[in-house]
Amino acid sequence: MAFEQKSGMSLIVKTITRLTVGLILIFGIYIVLHGHLSPGGGFAGGVIIALAFVHLMLAFGKDAVTTRISKEMASNLESIGALMFLVIALIGYFGGSFFLNILSKGTPFELFSSGTIPLSNAAISLKVGVGLFAIFLALVILEGSKREK
Amino acid sequence: MELHLLLLFMIITAIIAIEVKDLLSSVVAVGAVGFALCVAFLILKAPDLAITQLVVEILCLIILIRATIKKDLPLVIEGRWVFNTVSTVVFVAVFLFFAYAALRELPQFGEPMMSVVKKYLEEGTSETGAVNLVTAVILDFRAYDTLGEATVLFTAVIGIMAVLRPRGRKKVEEKE
Repeated sequence: MAFEQKSGMSLIVKTITRLTVGLILIFGIYIVLHGHLSPGGGFAGGVIIALAFVHLMLAFGKDAVTTRISKEMASNLESIGALMFLVIALIGYFGGSFFLNILSKGTPFELFSSGTIPLSNAAISLKVGVGLFAIFLALVILEGSKREK
Repeated sequence: MELHLLLLFMIITAIIAIEVKDLLSSVVAVGAVGFALCVAFLILKAPDLAITQLVVEILCLIILIRATIKKDLPLVIEGRWVFNTVSTVVFVAVFLFFAYAALRELPQFGEPMMSVVKKYLEEGTSETGAVNLVTAVILDFRAYDTLGEATVLFTAVIGIMAVLRPRGRKKVEEKE
């Protein structure tokens, strides 16, 4: 990576981060997808996904992330998550009422079961994860612009 | 019928809150919307939401009024001690009476009210298909509540993004 020499923490931290950050991200996705089967769900999984990116930012310096994900992109993604959740809520009107679970329930204990609940979990995780990451990003950018002055 | 009247009242009050010029009147109108929402929750038989709405509404109203009033209001206490004492005693007595009556209605300690919970526990998995009952409650039975929570977080993020802008919109326009 081009950012290794310029900014961030020491080589040890960077190496360990490179090894662990993928695992943290996968664990977050697992928590979100299995929200209707095991403890967890959109809120917890979204926070874990956001923490994976925060971890990356702490270890490699802010440029490693801010050049790829801008603040505008983060807030747009968050809005998309919120709209997705609302759309899932409105889908219920096809069956009669707000938030009605009209998709097929499937068999319990399977990944693709329980209708709209996994979809809601995914929408909430996008909203929560990107939202928290956007707050962190805003704080970092503010701190950076203060230092430039 | 009452619900529709309340909703109409809330819409009218919200429009007043947006349109009125005086900041304090706007805050009062927002408070009226909140209390009407509280009554609407009671009509819809959701007392827990009504309590939350009431408490949050009072707190928000106090903070907003505190923020909009420039100087302190004068507090006159001389020559009024008889009225003050009597009104305080009356209100304490009324509060104690209703608190006693309400506390008598509560079930004994260690005997939870299972009327709603029982249905969730027995029919949760068969009705939603979700094995995790917590998820079944927050994303199916009480999904509307979750939508509100997500909106709270969304509003918080928008507020933080607005406050933490490194430079204001005006300055950018000036530079261009």
